[in-house]
Amino acid sequence: MKNLFTALAVTLLTIGMQAQQLPSTTLKTLDGKLVDIKDQIGTEGPTVIGFWATWCKPCIKELTAFADYAIELEEEYGAKVLAVSIDDTRNSSRVAPMVQGQGWEYTVLLDENQDLKRNLGIVNVPFTLVLNADGEVVWKHSGYSPGDEENLAEVVAKVARGESVEH
Amino acid sequence: MNRLALRLLALLLLPSAAIAQDSYGGQLHGNFQLDGQWYLRDEGIDPTGEFYPDERFLGQGYANFVYTDGDFSGGLRYENYQNVMLGFPEGYRGEGITYRYLQFKQDNLDVTVGSFYEQFGSGMVFRSYEERGLGYDNAMDGVRVKANLAKGVYLKGVLGRQRFYFEKSPGLLRGVDAEINLSERWHALDSLGLRWTIGASYMSKYQRANDPFLVLPENVAAGGVRSQLMKGPWVLNTEFAYKANDPSADNGYIYKDGNGFIANLSYSKNGLGVIAGVKRIDNMSFRSDRNGSTIDMLVNYLSPTTEVHTYALPALYQYATQINGEEGIQLEANYRFKRKSKLGGKYGTLVSINYSAVQSIDKDYVATSNDTLRTLQGYYSDPLERGTIPYFHDLNFKISKKVNRSFKYNLTYLNLHYNRSVLEDGLSDEPMLSNPENIKTMDADVIVLETLYRVKSKHYLRNEFQLLSTQDDRGSMAMALVEYSIAPHWFFSVQDIYNYGNPDPDQQLHYPLASVVYTQGTSRFQLSYGRQQRGIFCVGGVCRVVPPSNGVSFSLTTSF
Repeated sequence: MKNLFTALAVTLLTIGMQAQQLPSTTLKTLDGKLVDIKDQIGTEGPTVIGFWATWCKPCIKELTAFADYAIELEEEYGAKVLAVSIDDTRNSSRVAPMVQGQGWEYTVLLDENQDLKRNLGIVNVPFTLVLNADGEVVWKHSGYSPGDEENLAEVVAKVARGESVEH
Repeated sequence: MNRLALRLLALLLLPSAAIAQDSYGGQLHGNFQLDGQWYLRDEGIDPTGEFYPDERFLGQGYANFVYTDGDFSGGLRYENYQNVMLGFPEGYRGEGITYRYLQFKQDNLDVTVGSFYEQFGSGMVFRSYEERGLGYDNAMDGVRVKANLAKGVYLKGVLGRQRFYFEKSPGLLRGVDAEINLSERWHALDSLGLRWTIGASYMSKYQRANDPFLVLPENVAAGGVRSQLMKGPWVLNTEFAYKANDPSADNGYIYKDGNGFIANLSYSKNGLGVIAGVKRIDNMSFRSDRNGSTIDMLVNYLSPTTEVHTYALPALYQYATQINGEEGIQLEANYRFKRKSKLGGKYGTLVSINYSAVQSIDKDYVATSNDTLRTLQGYYSDPLERGTIPYFHDLNFKISKKVNRSFKYNLTYLNLHYNRSVLEDGLSDEPMLSNPENIKTMDADVIVLETLYRVKSKHYLRNEFQLLSTQDDRGSMAMALVEYSIAPHWFFSVQDIYNYGNPDPDQQLHYPLASVVYTQGTSRFQLSYGRQQRGIFCVGGVCRVVPPSNGVSFSLTTSF
């Protein structure tokens, strides 16, 4: 029985380790242009995609706590951070004032109809993905508790150095 | 099982896993959630046992699967309620595939058949969406076509019926939306630094009518126009919507037209973000069943212009949009004092202020005192006249500061006014206008102090102290919360709300709650034990009533 579980765990891990690309999905930039998420991914280094919303307190905590790390990761490894807001069109007008007020320097994209969120099977925000320079999803995390930003920074650094990461 | 058998099993399973993820360049994603609660009899919060479920244990779950391969995608959701948990709409009973679709994109066309979510503009005319935590799902089942006919011109058309739990709404919906990004078409605008998008939408509902007393319109149309204008840090959004007469259970079967207006102006630059908004809606309830109520079969979405609070005590008194009519203003400003400035300290300081107020619209019932006119129009409303019944106001200030590497705090003060007659009892304006002394209200001052302390690498201690001070409703409450998290896996939390100011001494109760959460990648398991207060749970201005409960609950979510 124990071995059966091991086999199942191996299978599940293998699913997790399969190289995944992002599904092509249209998002909006803060100046109203339509872009494909696939064209927004960094090619120089890892990309972090953080899903958030203006009404989601843990999301704002995560993005604020990660802001200092993001600057270092960008300088050191050419990492790119995309903050994808799932706010609907009503709340999306609150996104830009909030980003400015928080002093975030992330590239912010709007997923107003939550198409990307659905395509990626995301249950709730916050939800974080890390992609390597080839655009493959190598790490995913759901939820936010204080300290997760430290772990995320370590993961991004490992991905940049080409090391394997685990959850 | 020996090693060989294990390898064989792994070999058998591995290819299927690989197929599931990556065959022909396609991808499968999905998620799964399971919630359950074992309810305990608690005479403190529920003396008569009216909220204690016969089943003792209630559980519900769902799984979503979405397959995408280039320009093709398809998906489905299976839902299961055995039986639906307390506080969720009773309509969710049983199990089945409630959402399934196929979608493909070709030659600037994007076609979806089956279930879909879509919205036109801000949603005043049409928005189908889901909010799982609320039990809200008005997914369309039908056909959607999106087309990008010329540069900067985007068209959408939808046809279908809305979800009504495990059934469909009786009304049909037909709608079109056009959006033109003028800056993409005329580069002259671009050279002026202007970005301008305009849009228009139209939605029509058809529902058969055979009422013995009323001649009801079977086709009801609604339309809207909108504009978004941006220049530098400035953004101006405006939207106007109109709805033809639509006698319904919501509006008391009157034949008055409806209309809505929303505008907001924002400025974002150099650490300053400001947004100011106004809104007015009059008789804008729009459902695909004229007899629908609560959160069922809403065709449009009237977003709230109030701030959503997530701290537990102010969240007990959330605003819900009054679809029959309301007017309101909102002003929000966020400013970040820079690092190394006098007020910013080493890490910068964030301050915000938010003010929102919502009141009734002007309603003149006297002018319609003639019987026929009264039945037809219900009331007259002058958009330039202000309404006199306050529904809600919220004035709050927040300061967030990181003191040093291991200590942060947030301090929040709120002043709330909450009209319980409207927001809890659902009273219409007329009885309140004739008997203003009977209006039940709640005025409160709330203070929240939240601290975050870094114990060591990846170990954090978070505390919340909340005080809600009021003479009204359930009286004053205090709350303390302690959370300890060990990133990235463990999270422990203990909290207690003490309703020390309840006017009924028997109801001066404690509401303790303890939780453990374990997270592994995208999977999360939560176990909680404690008491839950009665309250109103809201997401995006849409609310449902949650009864009091006590018990052990768990929640498992995962996504792949």
